[in-house]
Amino acid sequence: MNSILEQYKTLPESEVTTWFKAAPVSKFPENGGACVKIEGKQIAVFNFTVEGKWYASQNVCPHKMEMVLSRGMIGEDCGTPKIACPLHKKTFSLETGENLNGEEYSIAVYPVKVEDGFVYIGTN
Amino acid sequence: MKTILVIGNGMVGYKFCEKLMAKTKSEDYKVVVFGEEPRPAYDRVHLSEYFADQNAERLSMAPRSWYEENKIELITNERVTDIHRGSKTITTISDKEYTYDYLVLATGSSAFVPPIPGVEKEGVFVYRTIEDLDATMAYVAKIKAEGSPKKAAILGGGLLGLEAGKAILDMGVETSVVEFAPRLMPRQLDNDASKVLQRKLEDLGIEILLSKGTQNIEGDKAITGMKFSEDETLPVDMLLVSAGIRPRDELAKTCGLDVGTRGGIVVTNDMKTSDDSIYAIGECALLNHMIYGLVAPGYDMAGVAVDQILGNIEAAMPTSIDMSTKLKLSGIDVASFGDALNENKESESIVYENKFQGIYKKINVSKDGKKLLGGILVGDASDYNMLHQIFLNGMKIPENPEDLILGARGGEEASFGSALDLPDSAVVCSCEAVTKGDICCKVEEGVTTMKGIASETKATTGCGGCKPMVNDLIKETLKAQGVVVKEIVCEHFEYSRQELYEIVKIKGIKTYDELLATYGKGKLGCETCKPVAASLFASIYADTGNDHNVIQDSNDKFLANIQRNGTYSVVPRVAGGEITPEQLIILGQIGKKYDLYTKITGGARIDFFGAELHELPLIWKDLIDAGFESGHAYGKSLRTVKSCVGSTWCRYGMDESVSFAIEIENRYKGLRSPHKIKGGVSGCIRECAEARGKDFGIIAVEGGWNLYIGGNGGATPRHAELLAEKITNEEVIKYTDRFLMYYIKTAGPLVRTAAWLDKIEGGIEHVKDVVIKDSLGLCEELDKDMAGLVDAYKCEWKEAIENIDEQNNRFAHFVNSTDGDENIEFVSLRDQKMPKLWS
Repeated sequence: MNSILEQYKTLPESEVTTWFKAAPVSKFPENGGACVKIEGKQIAVFNFTVEGKWYASQNVCPHKMEMVLSRGMIGEDCGTPKIACPLHKKTFSLETGENLNGEEYSIAVYPVKVEDGFVYIGTN
Repeated sequence: MKTILVIGNGMVGYKFCEKLMAKTKSEDYKVVVFGEEPRPAYDRVHLSEYFADQNAERLSMAPRSWYEENKIELITNERVTDIHRGSKTITTISDKEYTYDYLVLATGSSAFVPPIPGVEKEGVFVYRTIEDLDATMAYVAKIKAEGSPKKAAILGGGLLGLEAGKAILDMGVETSVVEFAPRLMPRQLDNDASKVLQRKLEDLGIEILLSKGTQNIEGDKAITGMKFSEDETLPVDMLLVSAGIRPRDELAKTCGLDVGTRGGIVVTNDMKTSDDSIYAIGECALLNHMIYGLVAPGYDMAGVAVDQILGNIEAAMPTSIDMSTKLKLSGIDVASFGDALNENKESESIVYENKFQGIYKKINVSKDGKKLLGGILVGDASDYNMLHQIFLNGMKIPENPEDLILGARGGEEASFGSALDLPDSAVVCSCEAVTKGDICCKVEEGVTTMKGIASETKATTGCGGCKPMVNDLIKETLKAQGVVVKEIVCEHFEYSRQELYEIVKIKGIKTYDELLATYGKGKLGCETCKPVAASLFASIYADTGNDHNVIQDSNDKFLANIQRNGTYSVVPRVAGGEITPEQLIILGQIGKKYDLYTKITGGARIDFFGAELHELPLIWKDLIDAGFESGHAYGKSLRTVKSCVGSTWCRYGMDESVSFAIEIENRYKGLRSPHKIKGGVSGCIRECAEARGKDFGIIAVEGGWNLYIGGNGGATPRHAELLAEKITNEEVIKYTDRFLMYYIKTAGPLVRTAAWLDKIEGGIEHVKDVVIKDSLGLCEELDKDMAGLVDAYKCEWKEAIENIDEQNNRFAHFVNSTDGDENIEFVSLRDQKMPKLWS
């Protein structure tokens, strides 16, 4: 099971070598999330329309290893943008991937950019 | 730097380390801990939970990393064999030698095995460590595999024995508890309390055998029976011995420390042994000629030893040590405090016993009637915290002491005042020794949440039994400060759900963004306030789960219940549980077509499991084409109205319960509410529909229907209370309409009707006044609002299918691929499938 988690490591924007062209902006719900398939990996992408910001993370929730985070609910915790898993409402910062409920596990986060109406996810 | 060696890594040994680290820096002392078991200290109090989930990690007191972070060297699987007091060294089984400045013995105890001939036979186990449990479970599996029904016995009817008995029974083995004394839990309960507990345990299926001395363990190689006397033998296939503990004092003995004649390392109240550099704490220590087999005094001893080592020579155990206990045994409350047994006849007893409900309460009051000296509670220990505090602090008791267990009769006033009446020194959390003063002081400093109090004081972090009292203390301290205690939704809205309901309705707010911008804080909201808003829009405007999709809770978002592996379940409505053979065949075909696990639900309908996200619209299209509609099993909304067959077929039926259930279910289908709502209609008082366990229950009686509200199964079962009796079908609908609408308007988020009714001021009488006598002048509005919601019903799955947008399909797993989630794995289960287990 842990081999799934090993596929996902937080990637700082400075280390991006390729920007993966995911889908047109219109495919992503406003103020919601959707999942992108990148070479066998699953990346959850979140569209914070109110603030005009985008975030991406692993789709797998590290609590029970299910591919569900894109179906969760976005929000904020004292100013930190976060995602709440639909299974047990574990919440994670979308800026750092850190768990906001005080548990040990965290998620990998990735850079996202929008160009010419398309959403791109940073990979290496 | 001085060296502290701790021998023993059990709960008390660990607590010593924790308390030491809280008071000193890890650089000041070198600490080495020796544990004989393979794993770091774990919670033995909750050991029986391991039978159910085999999750050793969950019982762990702290992971190995905690010891590393605090620079404590933890050596497990290593028994200390000798103490050399002259050279202040110890040696271990692998011949390693360590020098100490201070030595702490926290060696605990071992299970006491009575010297019965044959006790060494195969199939006889003790109950002390995780390894003991593993061995027991392996043996249960082995004998069960032999096929024929098997029987286990537990030797010892104390607390641990009874817990173990229930756990073995749950593994599918017939279980008897054998106790030498004439009653159960002989140290805590008297004969009458034991009888009440015995009856409850027998109802669960555990056989109780009292006053039985075991003479011999029968069998050649493995146990086959227990012989009590010449003509009485109990045939059993295995035996779990839980007959008490023996302190582990062998190390102390061999190095010449004083030990008691019946075992235990003699200590004074500063926890020092007869050697000033050696301390003994926990179950190995003999203090005041007593071994204290509870965790709270053990933790106190750890604290005293820490203080003494750090130079506070005043630190000492109190002269009287509280041995009160409260526990839940297979769901049965059992508590005893103070002088529970009154063996010296120093007090007068007041006893209340209710054989119908299996409740026994006894208090022992001083002969002058002024002090509470002890007591026993079985079946209902909700008064324990307060009684315990009154006892501990020697507080004044009511003029009629019986009010303490019966409640003040003839008036509304509570028999004991508020939690604030306790003296500041009252220990509220005995696991962590936190006083009322500590808690109130933090509240006054601005720590006003349970979480905050837990992290600031550690109160509630042990057994958790003090949670209700801590909650009361927070609320009442705030109230006393003049702060209005308000139940706000979350950090984004300073309003209660009821206030938000009024705001949305009166201001005509239609979207979450508008609500957040005008009445909330921040720009993004969270997973608490968003679903509340979605629920309000549904309850006020009859909006469905398809509207406001991104603020809907996990299940409403996709109109299906998300299951353990991220797949979903599908439940079509089967109103009243009535279904034709033709409909059953269609459901069978659909289940087969999509390879779904199929089960009948508790609410008498059919549940399909294992549907992947992208399959949901396909399955629902087939269901809708066949005439089914959404069952709203995923929503905080009306689920089912369960029915018995009623006078249509039943020879006892007083009225047509099925027809009425169908009418009621169809009336409220799609109605969204603060939490789920379930109903039931029974055709007579035999109550086969279990309607009184529902949010609303309707029962046919001579002369009409009785309407009950606020029932619940769930974690806190509660029978529904009578709202109106002998009323007509029309009146049932009228009052149910008003009750549901009043609940929808006033309840907090995720509060079921049972909790709502418990909390609402005036309780059932208030609700009667509002919905029958119209005391608040609300009825016209309630009627109108409900009629609007009933008229606006539409099947939201039909709506979802009709409006599906292939370009932006929310049921697709990926936005850039039509593939499903390849991570989902199923395994087979009784000719169907189930999700692969979480590892």
